[in-house]
Amino acid sequence: MKKSGHDSLFGSGGKFHVNEKGYYGEFGGAFIPEMLYPNVEELRQKYLEIMNEESFQKEFHQLLKDYVGRPSPLYFAKRLSEKHGAKIYLKREDLNHTGAHKVNNTVGQILMAKRLGKTRIIAETGAGQHGVATATVCALMGIHCVVYMGEIDIARQAPNVARMKMLGAEVRPATSGSKTLKDATNEAIRDWINNPVDTHYIIGSAIGPHPYPDMVTRFQSVISEEIKWQLMEKEGRENPDYVVACIGGGSNAAGTYYHFLDEPEVGIIAVEAAGKGIDSGESAATSALGKIGIIHGCKTMLMQTADGQITEPYSISAGLDYPGVGPMHSHLYTSGRAEFYSATDDEAMTAGLELSQLEGIIPAIESGHAFAIFQHKKFKPDDVVVMSLSGRGDKDLQTYIDYFKI
Amino acid sequence: MNRIQQKLREDKKLLSIYFTAGYPSLKSTVQIIEDLEKNGVDMIEIGLPFSDPLADGPTIQESSTAALKNGMTSDVLFKQLKDIRKTVSIPLIIMGYFNPVLQYGVEKFCKKCHEIGIDGLILPDLPLDVYESDYKAIFEKYGLLNMFLITPQTSDERIRQIDKASKGFIYMVSSASVTGSKSGFGKEQEAYFERIAALKLANPQIVGFGIKDIETFEKATRKAKGAIIGSAFIKFLTENGTGNIHSFINKIR
Ligand SMILES: Cc1ncc(COP(=O)(O)O)c(C=O)c1O
Repeated sequence: MKKSGHDSLFGSGGKFHVNEKGYYGEFGGAFIPEMLYPNVEELRQKYLEIMNEESFQKEFHQLLKDYVGRPSPLYFAKRLSEKHGAKIYLKREDLNHTGAHKVNNTVGQILMAKRLGKTRIIAETGAGQHGVATATVCALMGIHCVVYMGEIDIARQAPNVARMKMLGAEVRPATSGSKTLKDATNEAIRDWINNPVDTHYIIGSAIGPHPYPDMVTRFQSVISEEIKWQLMEKEGRENPDYVVACIGGGSNAAGTYYHFLDEPEVGIIAVEAAGKGIDSGESAATSALGKIGIIHGCKTMLMQTADGQITEPYSISAGLDYPGVGPMHSHLYTSGRAEFYSATDDEAMTAGLELSQLEGIIPAIESGHAFAIFQHKKFKPDDVVVMSLSGRGDKDLQTYIDYFKI
Repeated sequence: MNRIQQKLREDKKLLSIYFTAGYPSLKSTVQIIEDLEKNGVDMIEIGLPFSDPLADGPTIQESSTAALKNGMTSDVLFKQLKDIRKTVSIPLIIMGYFNPVLQYGVEKFCKKCHEIGIDGLILPDLPLDVYESDYKAIFEKYGLLNMFLITPQTSDERIRQIDKASKGFIYMVSSASVTGSKSGFGKEQEAYFERIAALKLANPQIVGFGIKDIETFEKATRKAKGAIIGSAFIKFLTENGTGNIHSFINKIR
């Protein structure tokens, strides 16, 4: 019962999806300075039309298949299931070309940029996965690429910096603020203000001004679209009992949840990064610590001071080290549609090691946070739990080595 | 009539200065405002510092970071400005990003501004449509003008929309850039200045971004009603302190 693969480009219009004004409940919108208005407005007016063009869909799905290697397997993790007493399936985004889910979005956005006539690409990156995925599609299309990355992340994700350079991208360090993902995003936005005509900004998560959260979510929704037919093949049912994903800005989660948002029997579970602990002052657990506000052009939950200054987050994983979450997730949280958990550095590292030794899969530390769910929640033996294995751990080897003294 | 509207009627080109509140030191805010007025500045934009100033270049970013480290907050600023109308009569505008205002409470923020004698706000990331639907009534209740930005990329149609929504001046961003960029004014800017002048808008325009000295001030105000100096003034404060503000202003005034 394999689906055509084109449904992911059409919104279902349910109450957890974006409305025509760009909001998920009270979250979303486009809180941008006028300098960005022409670009964002052009994108808003055209993104759905372009995504729905037959030639676009054909090219998008061809690339996902032949270049990215989709569909990514849905793998029954037998030993992990035995250990935790549930039927656990892994959605193997780690097997995508470039090693994470990020490439689903960059393939879509580079095709979008081409149709908008843009000749220069900018991106922000935390773990470097989105930077690599962007540099990759820019190499593929022969388009100039500049990636902004926090100075601290450049140090802790060195292999990805080298990959981006090898792919021909220019990596520019963000040296302001916490020198991580938030600041890299600021720098990318400033670049876009300075280069409004020829440049497209490929945002790497389900964040930013409308239509970005929705556009990124639609490109990532291929994840849940595949889960549906893959689970039908394996379990004779389309809907699992739970879908679980880690949340930085929320793109792998948004893609994993998308086709289940309006299926109330599917439990939605989000795992954020608690860093050294929610109350430690060094954390990125936005749902627990955040308040509604404006970050990077979007009204959403974010960590901030009482005076409205954005707080510098912390997580051992660069990809989750962000003080906000995408507006869809703020809505899933406040509406109670999703259960939110957070995992500490230690819990995520332990879960990463466990997955390595039980299943022979070394996950990205970001994904390790999702697998820490088993330290927080007890499932029933016949619960079908689909885990988003958002990326592979190659980029994190040094962090694993240092942490476990391997 | 609002002080901004009154000032805009004066028959001269207006010099407006932006500085970041709480920079270079927490307590310099009031002295800087008083010195600027004494030296003939027509209008002041008091920058409320924000942790993530998206539309600003390194100079204003650094002054904002320093001001926050010095302890500047909305509350502190309001306390510092409590008696400002006893000594200062030129228009005062608070310029900042929307999130600190949102956290303070938009109504409470506007009420405070009104009590102090602030005349208007510039919040670059509060979009026109959200302002009109959610906040316009509050601004008007407290007699505050909201100034919108336009850029060389803004379409004529949108400029007309913004003109309609404005009651003070239109903040005309000189080029496609964040604040403090070095580029002078070339042919592109001149064409843009001409284009805007030809639209014959209801609201006067004040040019900002990239104005740093008498030459750029004169170029910017050939068609427009006035110009705003920001980064260049902050650089001056960084290098010279707050002791001889007159030497900066007297080169232009
Ligand atoms: C492997 C992996 N998973 C998850 C994330 C978090 O991003 P998002 O929440 O957008 O999926 C990242 C970000 O870099 C990542 O590299």
